[in-house]
Amino acid sequence: MDRRGSMFRRASLAAAVAVALPLALAGCGGSSGGSSGGDPKTIRVLDYYNNEPDKGVYTKVLDACAKTAGLTIQREAVPGDTLIQKVLQQSSSRTLPDVLMLDNPDLQQIAATGALSPLSDYGLTADGYVDGVAKASTYQGKLYGLQPVTNTIALFYNKDILTKAGVQPPKTWDELKAAAKKLTKGKQYGIAFSAPANYEGTWQFLPFMWSNGGDEKNIATPETAAALQFWVDLVKDGSASKSVVGWTQADANDQFSAGNAAMEINGPWQFPVLAKNPSLKYGVVPIPTPKAGGTAIAPLGGETWTVPNTGNKDRQKNAAKIVQCLNTDENQLALATQRQTIPTKTALQGSFVAENPSMAAFSELVKNARARTGELGADWPKAATKIYTAVQSALTGSATPEKALQQAQNG
Amino acid sequence: MADARLPSRISSPGRRGQRALEFLFLVPAVAYLVLFFGYPVVKNVVMGFQEYTTKTFYTGEAPWVGLANYSAVIGSSVFDRAVLNTALFTVGSIAGQFVLGLAVALYFRRRFPLSGVLRSLLLLPWLVPIIVSSAIWRWILDQDNGALNRVLESLPGVDARPGWLSSTSLALIAVIVVNIWIGIPFNATILHGGLQDIPPDLYEAAALDGARGWKAFRYITWPLLRPVVNVVLLLGLVYTIKVVDLILGLTRGGPANSTQTIATQSYHLSFAEFDFGQGAALGNILIVVSMVFAFLYLRANRRTA
Repeated sequence: MDRRGSMFRRASLAAAVAVALPLALAGCGGSSGGSSGGDPKTIRVLDYYNNEPDKGVYTKVLDACAKTAGLTIQREAVPGDTLIQKVLQQSSSRTLPDVLMLDNPDLQQIAATGALSPLSDYGLTADGYVDGVAKASTYQGKLYGLQPVTNTIALFYNKDILTKAGVQPPKTWDELKAAAKKLTKGKQYGIAFSAPANYEGTWQFLPFMWSNGGDEKNIATPETAAALQFWVDLVKDGSASKSVVGWTQADANDQFSAGNAAMEINGPWQFPVLAKNPSLKYGVVPIPTPKAGGTAIAPLGGETWTVPNTGNKDRQKNAAKIVQCLNTDENQLALATQRQTIPTKTALQGSFVAENPSMAAFSELVKNARARTGELGADWPKAATKIYTAVQSALTGSATPEKALQQAQNG
Repeated sequence: MADARLPSRISSPGRRGQRALEFLFLVPAVAYLVLFFGYPVVKNVVMGFQEYTTKTFYTGEAPWVGLANYSAVIGSSVFDRAVLNTALFTVGSIAGQFVLGLAVALYFRRRFPLSGVLRSLLLLPWLVPIIVSSAIWRWILDQDNGALNRVLESLPGVDARPGWLSSTSLALIAVIVVNIWIGIPFNATILHGGLQDIPPDLYEAAALDGARGWKAFRYITWPLLRPVVNVVLLLGLVYTIKVVDLILGLTRGGPANSTQTIATQSYHLSFAEFDFGQGAALGNILIVVSMVFAFLYLRANRRTA
């Protein structure tokens, strides 16, 4: 018995040490191969378009760009949620690619590290781009990325359900509230949106907050509280499910596609998903505004293309040529059409919408859309956390909108 | 037998060689521990005192900030909530896993047809990747269309559809229940092993003295199982306190931080807000807590064994 006891004691000590130690959430500096030397005509590209159709679309455009410039592309596409980790690893091991794609709200973080080179070094500017898009790629007055296409969120509505109920697509908050209430019947909700405990929840709330005059510098304002109250009312009167605090945008879209929600807030990347349900007829309108005739201010999405400081000036120059080529008028239009996104040059939008009428509502919103990092830059993630936390507190009834926002603002 | 003969055969200089050889065999294990466990822990402790951000990865600069990270994470309004949630989650999970695991282990002591097959089926929750089981539980627990609420609705007299994962008062309970489900096989397997080590003749002797059922459990099974119980509880504690993936998969710490634990908050600070210094500070607090419990258990074990 004694021997056994001591054996177990030793076993438990070993176990304690072995299990406690990996708790360490250390950032690891794993390095992947790659050198700063090598052929200046071979351009390494890193992006997160690792699924079809995006993967194939970009392969074609990148290869065509490389061909005109006399270069070869060596491309790596990683899953979206691992890109930043990869970029940080490559930063510390000095193996950054020549052309790096970033989700636009991440640009400020990466530019702040000093890993990116200003595009003015290569004579590139964002003249003629939608103002918000240019701001998203600008850090401390310098342009670090160019974004060929963008996207945003709008209001989807089920044509059959609305026609049957005699409801017009809403244009104001009052109309939206009334429509949602009228369209809520049995298992069918009037509207679906998503408010999970991550940045997706913030992204969905922003058009309501911004259109009502709210601002991320200080979220404890009457304007933001009123916007949050509007969401709370939708959930309170049953027009939206209480589950929205757990729903991702894909979940909201599933509800809409199944006919469980008459309307939803979502983006054009859901078009291919909705197309799988041919019996579903839907339309898209801009997000309703607080008052009639107001301006809806939506957040800008999409990815920006940058040229990291790799130390090889010739290759950096060649990399800039690729970024420039992705942003030509023809390529902006081609990418927008093939990927259900919107060209970022203002001059292209008229002809684009004429050819792609399903994108009209999004294109309308993009004109006045705002970049998430436009005001706070690299401090955006902390503000985004506060926003979704306050939204969740209010929607679950833990606090009134004013109190929830006040608590979140104080951290 | 071989053990007893060895010393007499070896002369004293050879004995020293033997000692050296013994230490040589330790080298790979020590090197492994230092490299894969020691380095990250030391690094993590150091990071807790630094302003470690995305910038650090490129410039290599991480200025010293003393205790600023600690005062920031402890001063944050999320901290109290996270500490309470971590305690409730850990204690609730372990209590549930252990009691049910022990019940299952005792049940499978009896021999009956197909008991082996059933016992291996019981391992399933343990074998399914957590990312998969959390996705499945999200469907089951969904407020509007989840299987659980559909069953509840079909019962007579039940009118409510509880928001298992969307209500701030239920979400933590739901997360604990799912974690108990995941932990039962581990507890049952280890305890079952321990039970098999108890000699059956003890029970025969006890039965002659009139100790059966509860009395046999109280005076034979439980005391002889104690060392195994200690290991199971200790492993359970250090494992449960750091659970991240299950909570992220089910609720992402929401709604409104109602399932946020120190571990998930540490993950969030590091990988969503890119504040690696503060994330490390929280991680270090967890390490210290785990170690305190580990040593308390070891002491208690020493006294009783």
